[in-house]
Amino acid sequence: MFETISYETRGKTAWITLNRPDKLNAFTSLMHKEMVSAIKEANKDSNVRAVVITGAGRAFCSGQDLSGSTDTDYGEVLRKGYNPMVQALVAMEKPVIAAVNGVAAGAGMSLALACDFRIASEKASFIEAFIHVGLVPDSGNLYFLPRLVGHAKAMELAVMGEKITAEQAQELGLVTKTVSEEEFMLEVETYAEKLANMPTKAIGLIKRYLNKSWESDLNEMLEYEAQAQKIAGESKDHQEGLHAFLEKRKPAFTGK
Amino acid sequence: MSNFETIITSVEDGIALIQLNRPRVLNAINRPMVTELLNAFEAFDCNDEVKAIVLTGSERAFAAGADIDEMKEDDSVSLELLNQFKEWDRLATIKKPIIGAVNGYCFGGGFELALCADILFAAENAQFGFPEIKLGVMPGAGGTVKLTKLMGQKKALEWLWLGDPMTAGDALQYGVINRVIAPELVLDEAKKYARLVASRAPLSVRLIKETVYKSIDYSTYEGMQFERKNFYLLFSSQDQKEGMKAFVEKRPAEFKGK
Repeated sequence: MFETISYETRGKTAWITLNRPDKLNAFTSLMHKEMVSAIKEANKDSNVRAVVITGAGRAFCSGQDLSGSTDTDYGEVLRKGYNPMVQALVAMEKPVIAAVNGVAAGAGMSLALACDFRIASEKASFIEAFIHVGLVPDSGNLYFLPRLVGHAKAMELAVMGEKITAEQAQELGLVTKTVSEEEFMLEVETYAEKLANMPTKAIGLIKRYLNKSWESDLNEMLEYEAQAQKIAGESKDHQEGLHAFLEKRKPAFTGK
Repeated sequence: MSNFETIITSVEDGIALIQLNRPRVLNAINRPMVTELLNAFEAFDCNDEVKAIVLTGSERAFAAGADIDEMKEDDSVSLELLNQFKEWDRLATIKKPIIGAVNGYCFGGGFELALCADILFAAENAQFGFPEIKLGVMPGAGGTVKLTKLMGQKKALEWLWLGDPMTAGDALQYGVINRVIAPELVLDEAKKYARLVASRAPLSVRLIKETVYKSIDYSTYEGMQFERKNFYLLFSSQDQKEGMKAFVEKRPAEFKGK
């Protein structure tokens, strides 16, 4: 169904794998389109309650494929290709894990930043590669990075463009956890499965309003929380959670 | 009140609900729908049980536009003779408050219908726009005029010329809508607001609506003369006597709409 990525569902998790391993999974315009389709598919499928994005081969994603591109209007490349992908990821009200198996460079790092969780293999690394070719971080990079690591560190990473290891990324709060190469896939699966069995509606609402917190004041957030809680309070999973608590058993959430 | 094909209506707790109901075409507005809408609005407007009217679409779309199939063969003479917009003109004569609750797409004729509401609440994921220009026409039921009066000449042209969708956030920023709300709660919040308005003195609600719309077209001086007459007029109502008496007696007023 896709040429540059693969999409499959395993249990309640959708797996989107960037699949141009010989090009270190570099982005092409087709890949942008396919990513948007895959994200929308995962969003639409009510059986899917967690999403993993990873890379085939040794890289997570090396960013824009600079070899085949004749398009010199990078602004339009972003508006038509990368930005819709990032917007679709953020709009998806399901947890998204970036399973960073190898290098995440340039827009590949931006993709990881736009996800909700980053699990890194100890082989993974992150590079703000843009500056090395005289460009600026894009695809939400300059939005997410300072919010994750703070302004000063974001400036340092973006300007100096030095490679950071998975371990360093964890110290910066950039990744949720770092796992040995052997245990990496199993850990990602376990983590995704755990998320997929949680109250998906509530997770979606947390994601929606946590994102709003970046540009809202306290009064707005208090109102957002009130709206979110009213919605969550009417969910089946809330009832299940209450009953399980009273009956002293583990809740079986359905995501509804 | 129930023999409609393109809309669903109900009354609960003094609040009438009109829901567009052509789900297979994302509530595209056709001529029968406008007729039914007008009939429903006019019936509710003189129904003593109803204090306010909520207008909504579906989760996916308030209304994605006008029914293109219906008009693609029309010419200027047939449209003039049909005079379809006379029904739209009559929508502007509804005296009771109309609260619009918008989810999803709200385009073209759908946007124009939404703009017939006095107050508009929209979902965070609602999208508004006038894509008519992409079909070689332009808005015909007040869109150009109302959008300009709401957002000003420069912004209105920017949107109308390109025909691209604006987000609920944009619409809020430019004063086109009142509030942006979680998609799940838009209708609830619209009904809640409708109940609040319904709890206010009905004649005041009515004359305030009339005066606000007059003030859009009148000069400040004429608008203020008009306002004054309506202000005086309310002093011949029982509710004015009750309202002021209750205020002095430090108790909540009981308004009767008389």
